[in-house]
Amino acid sequence: MARVVVDVMLKPEILDPQGQAVQRALPRLGFSGIADVRQGKRFELELEGPVDEAALARIREAAETFLANTVIEDFTVRVEEK
Amino acid sequence: MTARIGVVTFPGSLDDRDAQRAVRLAGAEPVALWHRDKDLHQVDAVVLPGGFSYGDYLRCGAISRFSPVMDTVIEQAKSGLPVLGICNGFQVLCESHLLPGALTRNDSLHFVCRDQRLRIENTDTAWTSAYVPNAEITVPLKNGEGRFVADERTLDQLEAEGRVVARYLDVNPNGSYRDIAGISNAAGNVVGLMPHPEHAIEPLTGPGTEGLGFFASILKQLVSA
Repeated sequence: MARVVVDVMLKPEILDPQGQAVQRALPRLGFSGIADVRQGKRFELELEGPVDEAALARIREAAETFLANTVIEDFTVRVEEK
Repeated sequence: MTARIGVVTFPGSLDDRDAQRAVRLAGAEPVALWHRDKDLHQVDAVVLPGGFSYGDYLRCGAISRFSPVMDTVIEQAKSGLPVLGICNGFQVLCESHLLPGALTRNDSLHFVCRDQRLRIENTDTAWTSAYVPNAEITVPLKNGEGRFVADERTLDQLEAEGRVVARYLDVNPNGSYRDIAGISNAAGNVVGLMPHPEHAIEPLTGPGTEGLGFFASILKQLVSA
């Protein structure tokens, strides 16, 4: 089976309070030098058939209509080699 | 004839019975609608209640937006059916693109539960006509993802067209842009509101009865229509 990964991130202009909370915790734990943290979502989709252009087009449509809310989020679709 | 107002129950809805009770106290007949049913059973208006539809997995309201009942609600809302979305219902309306913008995690990261003062800034909508312009009311608010966001152009458009229905007073509980607590679509039949007017309809169980105006408004509109 082939795996397609959809990464969803809040758009840069949308406040990410979860990412900020993580960033504030990092120096306390001794991890210095990290200027910013943004937290996103990763979807791993296992396909039944081949990963052809038609399958990718359907996944892009799913990402755009459902997995991401494009009002506030950006997404990327990529095939993961196994 | 009594106005029939549908209240949709999704898996995880928890304020559906409160909304039904508010409808009844306002003088209308509440009709329980199930999310799997495409039929709206000839209701005159629909309330999408608060709660945590489908556990709010993925994003709040994202999965319920694809419930069969929503196909019909979306279609009929576009041709004028009055729809009020409260809290999770507001999120469902944004996910359905019946209203612009989105609701995101509170800037404090805390779940907020408080009695919230609001100003009702637009009394021309189907759901706010019973209020006097700029009425200040107190209703409960309870949300973890109630922060209204939209791009600047959308915010400017909402303000210019008078579509900011309610604004937070005293405290902005969740970091909503421009203190926005509720908005409407261009036609004014679809309203989304983050605080809970259905919890302020009886003095025994709420901070007062100032939330009843939302339900009295729709009744007034339906009776005069």
